[in-house]
Amino acid sequence: MIRYVAGRWGASAALRAARIGGGSLPELPTSSGRSVVVRGYAAKAGEAAEPSFYEFRDRKIPFVSQLDIHEPSLTGGMPCFRVLDETGQCVLDDASAYEVDEELGRKMYENMVKLQTMDTLFYEAQRQGRFSFYMTCFGEEATVIGSAAGLDFKDHVFAQYREHGVLMWRGQTFQEFADQCYGNHRDYNKGRQMPVHYGRKDMNFQTISSPLCTQLPQAAGAAYANKLANYDGITVTYFGEGAASEGDFHAAMNFASTLACPMIFMCRNNGWAISTPSDEQYTGDGIAGRGSAYGMPAIRVDGMDALAMFHATTIARDYVVKNQSPILVEAMSYRTSHHSTSDDSSRYRELSEMKAWKARDPVARFQIWLEHKGWWTEEEESVLRAESRKAVMKVLDMAEREQKRPLRDLVEDVYDVVPEHLEKQYQEIKEFAKKHKHLYPNDIPIE
Amino acid sequence: MNALRRAFVTRVAKWPAVTVVERGYASQTEMTVRDALNSALAEEMRKDDKVFVMGEEVGEYQGAYKITRGLLQEFGAERVYDTPITEAGFTGLAVGAGFSGLKPVVEFMTFNFAMQAIDQIINSAAKTLYMSAGTISCPIVFRGPNGAAAGVGAQHSQCFGAWYSSCPGLKVLAPYDCEDARGLLKAAIRDPDPVIFLENELLYGNSYPVDDKILDVDFTLPIGKAKVMREGTDVTLVAFSKMVGYSLEATEVLAEKGISAEVINLRTLRPLDRETIMKSIVKTSRIVSVEEGWPQSGIGSEITAVANEEAFDHLDAPVERVTGADIPTPYAANLEKSAFPTVDDIVTAAERACYRSK
Repeated sequence: MIRYVAGRWGASAALRAARIGGGSLPELPTSSGRSVVVRGYAAKAGEAAEPSFYEFRDRKIPFVSQLDIHEPSLTGGMPCFRVLDETGQCVLDDASAYEVDEELGRKMYENMVKLQTMDTLFYEAQRQGRFSFYMTCFGEEATVIGSAAGLDFKDHVFAQYREHGVLMWRGQTFQEFADQCYGNHRDYNKGRQMPVHYGRKDMNFQTISSPLCTQLPQAAGAAYANKLANYDGITVTYFGEGAASEGDFHAAMNFASTLACPMIFMCRNNGWAISTPSDEQYTGDGIAGRGSAYGMPAIRVDGMDALAMFHATTIARDYVVKNQSPILVEAMSYRTSHHSTSDDSSRYRELSEMKAWKARDPVARFQIWLEHKGWWTEEEESVLRAESRKAVMKVLDMAEREQKRPLRDLVEDVYDVVPEHLEKQYQEIKEFAKKHKHLYPNDIPIE
Repeated sequence: MNALRRAFVTRVAKWPAVTVVERGYASQTEMTVRDALNSALAEEMRKDDKVFVMGEEVGEYQGAYKITRGLLQEFGAERVYDTPITEAGFTGLAVGAGFSGLKPVVEFMTFNFAMQAIDQIINSAAKTLYMSAGTISCPIVFRGPNGAAAGVGAQHSQCFGAWYSSCPGLKVLAPYDCEDARGLLKAAIRDPDPVIFLENELLYGNSYPVDDKILDVDFTLPIGKAKVMREGTDVTLVAFSKMVGYSLEATEVLAEKGISAEVINLRTLRPLDRETIMKSIVKTSRIVSVEEGWPQSGIGSEITAVANEEAFDHLDAPVERVTGADIPTPYAANLEKSAFPTVDDIVTAAERACYRSK
């Protein structure tokens, strides 16, 4: 519904002053640099006032008499917040508001190192054919751990697939990671999902969905449901800049904005969507720049700076809790990893580019800061690295030796209750397995 | 930010050289399904400049499964369009282009991802001709791998043949060998209606015989016609895509047991060639349908209905269906293998239809 309203004035104090004074014409700047004169306030006594504003729902849009094309800004755009530079030096004059205490700093760093170690060794194990698939998050350790640290455990996470660091932060053990990748009987996914497609309700972490970006509208729905239920926590969804091209992204942003869903849209802009670089993925001011189009506030932050990530997340979270509405965060980083073990990124990007970014390792950057604060020593570094390595090697061996899931799993969870035809098939298979044990694999329990 | 953007812009040189598949197949006696599809695409693009290819990774990457290999080099980026990751978005774009007189060939990296675009396919591509009183057609081909793949779990391994074949307005093709791949793809691109072209990832690398007729640039196959791959007298095996190969293998085993089986390669799932199925039943009196898809409302259900409606009085045994298991595809390799039909399953079902089973 559009209404043209004469004589009803907008919120602009300048305009109101001009109206009251009846004097000089206020000039509104336009993006093209030409001035625009606002018409309609100078009606003479006795004449009907010309409509001055296009009153559209909650907006009052000033009418202008000059026809302009409003060009997007091709330079600048939303600035990027950071605390530490690429060499780990603090760039703020007064960083006191954007630091963390020793305990939290050490915990964040230890998680980043463990994540890096696990990714390295799990990747190698996959390459050796010990399990079928893996995805690393090299280059994005600070994005994931920094944001995980800024969230509350009760916050619901809808991840894309490269955010296993959130689970690590929430307490998932090396062994549990390995059990899932091997799909053994301890795997809480019951061996049904591809490796890395984690998901566990007890850690408020939604199961990973392979089709890209389906988690965004789902997260908006979850946040809305939580809001209706007065749930204490917020919802956070992670996605890449490539996923943001999906129609689901736009649907989710629009839903979240119009329904005022208490959630964070956490974009990991790592420059690459498999082989598609971000400059072919979109034009304009990245993902954060889209926030205002949806009436959603946004933050752009250096995703390779753990301190900046932590504070961006806590500030975003506070905003969501206070306003009960969504916010968009764009973390700028670089995917040093191949997309997955099914990808060889050297075929589509230059080695020099990868090396240049690898040199900005977010883990090393944070380590330098910790050392500078006097909270970390070289000795602690070598102990942590060695122990993590040893622990990861051990869980891989342990996971490999475990039995598979029991036969009964074949028919469960397709429906709430196992339907009759599947039950019948299961009984047949079970009887067969019992009768012909020599044909039946010995690492799968019959009952 | 600008520094970051600049860094992202650093790219591998545009359009790396690739070995373009050699044209001129006169002396060739065998080729892979991959090359059959690739050559069919290239020939149709040469013949008609309204034909263009789009999808994720079809250009510089040469296609996730290399079906579009060499096309970017030959036809340029305007006709080989690398899209952003948005199935709903780029399918909408392609449907619009089809409405406006172009002939898009849309590659879905797999048909699993096409679920995001199902609204564009069903509600727009398939129905607009009817809704516009015959004035707006959509000459478009949606192609990509369909059906069970290997080791990719529940969400990336399934057959959508039954889904699309239930929708009026669509034509649904499922090639098996190189003759099918070339003849049906070229026919699909030339067809004025929207065509769903269901390939199979596991067949891409397989080689099949070709001859001068199949390699001719104007070779096409009729849409809506099945092919009798092997004649037989005792039982009919009706299949499509990869299951045609399995059915052919099953005939060897059945022959040893004294059963002469006829194999029908459906080629087109919609419109279904009811006549060929009916004629075969009249001859053999027994029929087994074979598919990787789920049993309920599957292609086999439709075959059963056809047998019932067209040749009930000629049936000497109930119709047998061999299908995938009625569960999401398991990820574990051993379970995955058990979830889909094997040659043995087909043999067993055929024996049952012939009242030969123990």
